[in-house]
Amino acid sequence: MVLSVEGLTIEAGGRRPILGDVSLTVGRGEIVGLVGESGSGKSTLARSVLRLLPRHSTVSGRVLVAGDDVLTMEPGALRDLRATQVSMIYQDPRSSLNPVRRIGDFLTERMVFTLGRPKAEARARALELLAAVGLREPERHMRQYPHELSGGMLQRVVIAAALAADPALLLADEATSALDVTTQAETLALLRRVQAERELGMLFITHDLHLAAAFCDRVHVLYAGTLVESRPAKELFEDPRHPYTAGLLACTPELDDPRPIRPIPGRPPSLDDAFTGCPFAPRCPHATGACEEWRPRPVTVPGGSAACRLVEV
Amino acid sequence: MTTVVSTLSPGPARPLGYWLAGAFLGLVVAAALLAPVVAPYEPDAVDFAATLAPMSPGHPLGADQSGRDLLSRVMYGARTSLIGPLLLLAIASVLGVALGTLAAWHRGWVDTVVARLTDVMYAFPGLLFVVLIVAVFGNGMTTAVIALGLAYTPTIARYTRSVALGECAKPYIDAYRVQGMGGFTICVRHLVPNMARSIVGYLVVLFGEGLMSLATLSFLGFGAQPPSSDWGLMVKEGQPAIVQGAFLPVLVPGAAIALVVVSFNVIGVRLADRMGVRGA
Repeated sequence: MVLSVEGLTIEAGGRRPILGDVSLTVGRGEIVGLVGESGSGKSTLARSVLRLLPRHSTVSGRVLVAGDDVLTMEPGALRDLRATQVSMIYQDPRSSLNPVRRIGDFLTERMVFTLGRPKAEARARALELLAAVGLREPERHMRQYPHELSGGMLQRVVIAAALAADPALLLADEATSALDVTTQAETLALLRRVQAERELGMLFITHDLHLAAAFCDRVHVLYAGTLVESRPAKELFEDPRHPYTAGLLACTPELDDPRPIRPIPGRPPSLDDAFTGCPFAPRCPHATGACEEWRPRPVTVPGGSAACRLVEV
Repeated sequence: MTTVVSTLSPGPARPLGYWLAGAFLGLVVAAALLAPVVAPYEPDAVDFAATLAPMSPGHPLGADQSGRDLLSRVMYGARTSLIGPLLLLAIASVLGVALGTLAAWHRGWVDTVVARLTDVMYAFPGLLFVVLIVAVFGNGMTTAVIALGLAYTPTIARYTRSVALGECAKPYIDAYRVQGMGGFTICVRHLVPNMARSIVGYLVVLFGEGLMSLATLSFLGFGAQPPSSDWGLMVKEGQPAIVQGAFLPVLVPGAAIALVVVSFNVIGVRLADRMGVRGA
């Protein structure tokens, strides 16, 4: 396993943990989706893989990258892990680049400073990477500043930077959400291509369940910091077992479907909403009184698990 | 039917005051650099025949009690009066930027320690602190510059900290951390260069203030010592002449101090405005 998260719980103030007992794995050459609304804890999970934890938080559980626990490792080993084993792609490529540095410097600097490669070699490698992510004039882009490139091109630059160290794991945190639809499709195709070529493990985080179902091998659905459903993408999409997943799929408008959109009632829970039972019970159309007391636990369903009392019976 | 649309007049791109201030400072710097070539007399050439001479072709700005030419003295004095604040700010900005960046980067207890340290320094009147140091280590320009440099450090540290906090919150800093780059490398190569614009704007305003503080110290006798022609010292030495009815020995260096300080403020405030940060 490239990444293995075991019983990860993160608390940082608030009346409920940001993440509660989350476990998931990403294998080599596998794309694992993580879907949830904003505030569900999906970014916190991705950042915890690099030990970028919220301030003043208490953490339990383990996050293993290639067998080593990220949460307890030495600072030197952590830097090494960030530099060589795990790369992250952010939602907004424009703000994740230093605005006053050239693209070329951004790419080579990392290789020179964290990987200790000679400058000339780093430059050659940067050109190669820019070409690999489909930028047609790598020489010219090396000399340009971030404001001279479009969002789609910048995201390609960021992906090139992420590949610079030949990582084993790629964390894509809403990597395509800020791009327009055509660029989004190109970027997804690119991600898939480099992922397949290099046999990378990828944790693909998105709020778009349809996108996750189309792009990923397996999908985990996160709600209020707990995994509510973890199953292969195809099965999850065709036969959602948790009412939340079903609700998410049902509230997407379809072109030839005249029925009105059916949104999930209520609002996503905040950190100040504490739950004794199932966190989705207040919004769930099938909830009964017993759901308010039933502590969610994964229940085995075909292909994976769903944390719902109604699936159990 | 025509509609009259009133628009705000864009205003002069560079206001007159900014031009004047810039031109005057240019003149002062040129005078300081070219003093040996341009000055009509040596700064400490005594000529008792010209004691308290009024303005005249021989002495364009008059002469002091010892008959030393005031124009020459002011020109030479520009050297110490400009280099002093420059060194002072160099000391203060190196220490202040380092402390402020450290506090903003580490947060937690480091931030608390730096904050308390600057609080204590703030609570202590700057001039008193400098007088204390001068009292311990002896009079002189070097001591005065170092002491004032220390006294200005907390101001710059605070300012840097607030700028750095904003800059650290930007995702690109996070992106460098995620790449496994060390904190020191990120600070030196990315954080500090990106803060440089606003810090430099602030330093220009502080320059005028520093010049004034140094002149005050010289005036009080803690800074430059005779026969230096530092402006603050010239004001001090010219004082007795007022009793004899001659104002030039005080007026000339006094006006030089005032005009240079005002010029730096005008330019500093404008720089701060242009960078979107209001100077203190």
